[in-house]
Parts: sequence; structure tokens; C-alpha cells
Amino acid sequence: MAISGLDIFKLLPKTNCRDCGFPTCLAFAMQLAAKKIELSKCPHVTEEAKKALEDAARPPIMPVTIGTGDFSFTIGAETVLYRHEKRFEHRPSFAYFISDSMEDSQVDDILSRIKTQKWERVGELLQPNSIYLKSEENDISKYVKLVEKIASSTKLSLILINEDIEAIKQALQFCSDRKPLIGSATKDNIDDFISLAKSDSYPLLIKGESIEDLISLTTKASDEGLKEIVLDSTPKNLKQAFNHQIYIRRAALERKNQALGYPTIIFPFKLTDDAIKEAVIASIFVAKYAGIIVMKNVEPESLYPLLVLAQNIYTDPQRPMSVEEKIYPIGDPDEKSPVLITTNFSLTYFLVSGEVEGSKVPSWLLIMDTEGQSVLTSWAAGKFIAEGIAKFVKKSGIEEKVSHKNIIIPGYVAQLSGELEDESGWKVTVGPREAADIPKFLQNYKI
Amino acid sequence: MTFEIPIKSGASRINEVIIGTEPAQVKIGGQNCLPFHNFEGEIPNKPIIAFEVYDVKPENWPNWLTKYYEDVFHDPILWAKKCVDDYNAEAINLNLTSADPGGLDADPIKVAETTKKIRGEIAVPLIVYGCGNLEKDSVLLKKVFEINAETNLLAGAAEEDNYKPIAAAALGFNNNVITLSPVDINLAKQLNILVTQLGVKPGCIVMDPVCSAIGYGIEYAYSINERLRIAALYQGDKAVSNPIINTVGREVWKIKENRLSKEEAPEWGDEESRGIIWEASTAMSLFLAGSDIITMRHPKAVTIVKEVIKELLGGEVK
Repeated sequence: MAISGLDIFKLLPKTNCRDCGFPTCLAFAMQLAAKKIELSKCPHVTEEAKKALEDAARPPIMPVTIGTGDFSFTIGAETVLYRHEKRFEHRPSFAYFISDSMEDSQVDDILSRIKTQKWERVGELLQPNSIYLKSEENDISKYVKLVEKIASSTKLSLILINEDIEAIKQALQFCSDRKPLIGSATKDNIDDFISLAKSDSYPLLIKGESIEDLISLTTKASDEGLKEIVLDSTPKNLKQAFNHQIYIRRAALERKNQALGYPTIIFPFKLTDDAIKEAVIASIFVAKYAGIIVMKNVEPESLYPLLVLAQNIYTDPQRPMSVEEKIYPIGDPDEKSPVLITTNFSLTYFLVSGEVEGSKVPSWLLIMDTEGQSVLTSWAAGKFIAEGIAKFVKKSGIEEKVSHKNIIIPGYVAQLSGELEDESGWKVTVGPREAADIPKFLQNYKI
Repeated sequence: MTFEIPIKSGASRINEVIIGTEPAQVKIGGQNCLPFHNFEGEIPNKPIIAFEVYDVKPENWPNWLTKYYEDVFHDPILWAKKCVDDYNAEAINLNLTSADPGGLDADPIKVAETTKKIRGEIAVPLIVYGCGNLEKDSVLLKKVFEINAETNLLAGAAEEDNYKPIAAAALGFNNNVITLSPVDINLAKQLNILVTQLGVKPGCIVMDPVCSAIGYGIEYAYSINERLRIAALYQGDKAVSNPIINTVGREVWKIKENRLSKEEAPEWGDEESRGIIWEASTAMSLFLAGSDIITMRHPKAVTIVKEVIKELLGGEVK
């Protein structure tokens, strides 16, 4: 939240002592408002003023960074309710659920999945980046041994959950340098957890029996100086889980409720016994504000679509609906490679380029500017027609890239082929109507 | 410490649209709050799912989808009945693919007859889409509205370049029309204005802002739904205060992730569960963003989404 120079000025000593290096307190206040200088440059500022200024400068939802190294991630710091207003900043982390009541073989299975379950999509490697390590048995040594095993076998970020603070302290000896999220702090153990979290700047998971309970616990933690907090509102069912996410995000952004200005954690498996339904419930909380989503169903068929959904929802909403008119080489094509043409509607481009890539046949994809319209719409509107396509093919420069004159057009505009051959002098082949049929088509296509 | 729920009140209302005639009737729309926000408003009609049925045997559906329908692919009437009887469909979405000039190019009168026959055979409302060819649809949908006159049939799509004959027929025969515009709030608004200027009542229009699957631009569809709904509820924009329909099944089942088997793409896991999750999660995301009707294919995906909708509305929860 922005705070004005005048608001800051009111909180300063107003002595114009110049100890800060500026001629007046007002000048110093203006520099502070512009974030050009730190408040600590004023040696006379009171504790109350300091706190008031910190509160005013605090983001409405605090950023929380968990882990170190490659799998470190930040959640929170969101500023809007709807993604079209301004991009959602920090995708939820998907966490593998592991508990000390699992058989060794089950734990080993998850550890081996962690090594293999990663998927490349639009140039980015997608994978769950954290592990939620839960104590379900009242056995400190068993829990600590599990943490030791996990910490030594994977670099994923760690979430250590044991309501016995002693177990967390012992477990930390194996991962204290990895900035794990620790918890769960409840009203029964909050003081111990706050001092442990403060001791080495660990982010703290706070669990409230209700939103009111959460508010009083986070207020306490914040008063003690903790900044990195993750909220578990312990919903009893899906309706409550959904409502809580909306309440918390709105309270933080629109009611300036700082006690709820932190990212949240969600456990879809607590809301259903069905593995597939667990994944579908998880999808709800991708768009609706979760910071961490803990998964028991860790099969690829559930994690992969969820990771892709999160990648999609958290893209920049300003990204246009059309792609640039040009030649897109796919898979290192040469002068003998096939040439395909379609329109510059982004959804058309995603589908077609994805399928051409999937075909493993190196190809040239010509994308023509149809003002972002799909094949059928732009054809109907007279934008994707023989004359225009022929002109575009000529000026695109594709003639210098290939030694043949064969072009594949979308199946939906088959009727263009004769006229296009006449206009362009290229031999026209009618491709499939649906992008999904492109791989089979290209694999059988002979120039 | 008390916590006051941060509600946003004072929202306008989405038009209520009645689809079908009793006993095969359902109402959609009518809400004055965002999806599943019934803590701050009223949602008199829950969002619904329509099973996609085609009047031509579909090609290129994967085995893990065809196995539910292959015994009825040859007959759209049996297909629709199976969706209702075996899979508890709450609505049927019939797609008149046979009329496509690029395919069978069937006679509009014959194609339209199928719609009437199906309507007579099922106890749930029918939603009809043409073949997608703008010219053919303008003739075909006219016949469809005529043969189903006065039945609150919902059919479309009327687009910028063919809305006149289609919307006029919907009006003339007292039915409901789907207005389709590609992922653009201003085009959607413009088309609705044009259609209402022909005399179609706002309570007879459902918008199809075009959707896409997870991984293929769902973020655009998500935000268009959400923007249309926010404009209607909080800016009181009457030109977009219509229920929204999204055709998820046909988008989700054409992508490569739902074509390749476990053997062909082991890294993506079990193919059938993958398809169910892909379809159900795409549908759920779009319902969250404002959809009132979604068309789907896999019976298990439909069952799960129905359960989740019920729970999100605060229905019986275990």
C-alpha cells in the first residue's frame, strides 16, 4: 500500500535536526515515500512511528519464501482478486504428502517419483517443488529419522509439520540451512513456535480453528516480529474451504486486514476420499488463491494437468490474443521440410504448433495476420482467403527457405485450394480439420 | 476477536433463461453474485452440465471415451437416451455435424427432424449447436427453431456474420438463442446488442464466449467468463447480463494429451484418469469463472463435477 510523504512526515520528530542528511524532516519524508532511503537513517524516530510506518508500507499480502536453491519458491504478495486486473504473481506450490505412518516402500516410491515426475511445457520445467512432512504418530525419533531420510535424498523445499516442537527442533538439525516452512502453530503451542521461527527466520505455518482464531494467532506472531506466515484455516468441507479462500483474500486486499494478509495452504485430500476428485478439487484452488496445495494423489495424470493449469492461470493477462505474423520454424526444419499455414489467433497457434511439434516432423509454420481470428471466422470475414494468403506467402520469405512449392492449408478452408494454387503458384494440400490429426497427417505427408 | 465476512453486495442480476418445457425444463441464471458466492447473494439456479451428442459417429475419439457410447454412436436418439438413463444427464447438447458441407452435407430439413425426435424421447432439456459452417447454420438453425417452435429450445450459434436469420428465427418461433463471439468482451457485448435490436428478449439469450482446454489457452477463456460476469454484476452492464455456455468436451478431447495412451506417453500416466481430470478440471475452472452451462463428454468427469458443484453451493457434504 502506498503511503504519502505527508503521512510519513506526521510520524517523524519534526525537529529538522539534519542527522539523516536532509535539511528538513519533510524532505526526508518525501525521500522515504519515494523509497529512496531507509527509515533507519533517522536516529530519533520513535518505536511507535517505526511500527506505524512499517505497517503502512507493508504489502497487503506478505510474500513468503520457502526453501533455498533450485526449488525455493515464493508465495503471497498478490495484489488482486481477479487475474485480468493485474497478473497473479506467485503460482501455488504443489507439495508431495509424506507421513511417518507410511510404509518405507511408499516413501521410497514418492522419492523415486520426485526424481522422474517433471514435465516440460512451453520451455519451462514443471514439477511439484515441495514436500509436506507430517507426523501422524506420536514418535519423535521416527519423525526425525524420516526427515533425515527425505532431506538427504531430495532438494525439494521442505514443510515440517509436527505439533511437538521438540520433534521440529531435532528435525531441523538436518535441514536448518534449507529454510523449511515449520508448524503447525496452534493456540496451544504458538509461543514456542514463534520463538523457534524467530531464532533462525523460519516461515511459520499457523493453524486456526476458525478465521477468528487465525487472526488472533497471526496478530500475536506479527507482534513478535514474524513476517513469513502461511495460513491454514482448517475448513471442515469444500464449501468452507472455498469461502475461506475468498474471505481471506478479500479481507487482506479490500479491508486491509493485515492479520489475514498471508498466503494460504490447502489440503484437497481432506475434502474427499476419491483420488480423481482430489485432483479436481485441487484445480479449484489454483484459480482461487491457494499458496500451497498438498497432494496425496501424486500420479502423473493428476499432477501434470494441475501444474499446467497453474502455469496458465498465472500468465500475464496482457498477453495478446494474437501472435506475430511470421515464419515459425518447428523442430529445426530444412529446405525439404513441409510448409503449413494458419491464422494468428493465439488459441489456433497453440494447438497447431503443439501438434506440429508433437509430430516430430520438422516443419515451417506460416502464421498469417488475420487480426487474431480463427480459421473459420477469418475465412468468413474475408481475411483468410486465397488472394490474401498468396500475397502473404510471397512476402513471408518462405520461398528462400524451402526448395519446393508445396503448402498445407487447414481442412476447414479446403474450398480455397484451387484458387490459392492459381493465385500463388504453389501446390496446395488440404490438411486435417482438427489440429490433433496433424501428427498422423505429417507423418504420412510426402512432398 | 470477531471477523466480519467481507461481502460485496449490491450486485445486479443475471437474466434467467428457461430451457425446455415441463417436465423437461430447467432454468439457468438469475443469480446476483459471483459463482458459488451464495454467502453474499442468491443463486436460484445451479449451473448445469449437458452431455455432448453428435448426429454423426465421431472419429478420433480415444477408446477410453468411446467405450461409454460405442453401442449408440449410430443413433443420436439412443445416444441421448443413454446419457439420460445410464449417466443421469441433466441436459443434452446435440451437435448437428451431419449438416457440415465439408462432410456429409445433410439436408437441413432432415437434420432438424432429429432434434424434434430427440426432444420427444428425453425428459431433460435439449441444447442444439449447428455444424459450425456459418452459411449452412443460418439455414439449418432456422429449420431447427421452426420444427421445435414454442418449446424454449436453446440453439445456436449465432455469430457476427450469420446472426440475423438465426436470431430472427429464434424470436419468431419463441425459442432461445446462443450468441457466439471469439474470446472478446466487446464483441460479445456488440453481438448481444444486435440480437436484442432484432427483438430477441434478453431472457432468451445465452452467450458462448468460446473456451479452450487446460494447456491450450484456458486462461483467456477463464478471464473472459470472469470479465463478462463482473461487468454484468458490478457494472450493471445489461448487454452482457446473460448466462454463459462453454463447450468444454469438444475442446478437451481434441488435444494430444487426451489422444495418447499410457503406452504412447507413459510420462502422463493413466490415460482415462488423465482425460477425466483434464475435462473435469477445465470445466470446474470455467464454472468458477462464471459459466452456467458446460457441455462435457466423459460420464465420470460429469459425475465428479456435479458432486463438486453441489458441495460448493453448500449442498449435502459428507
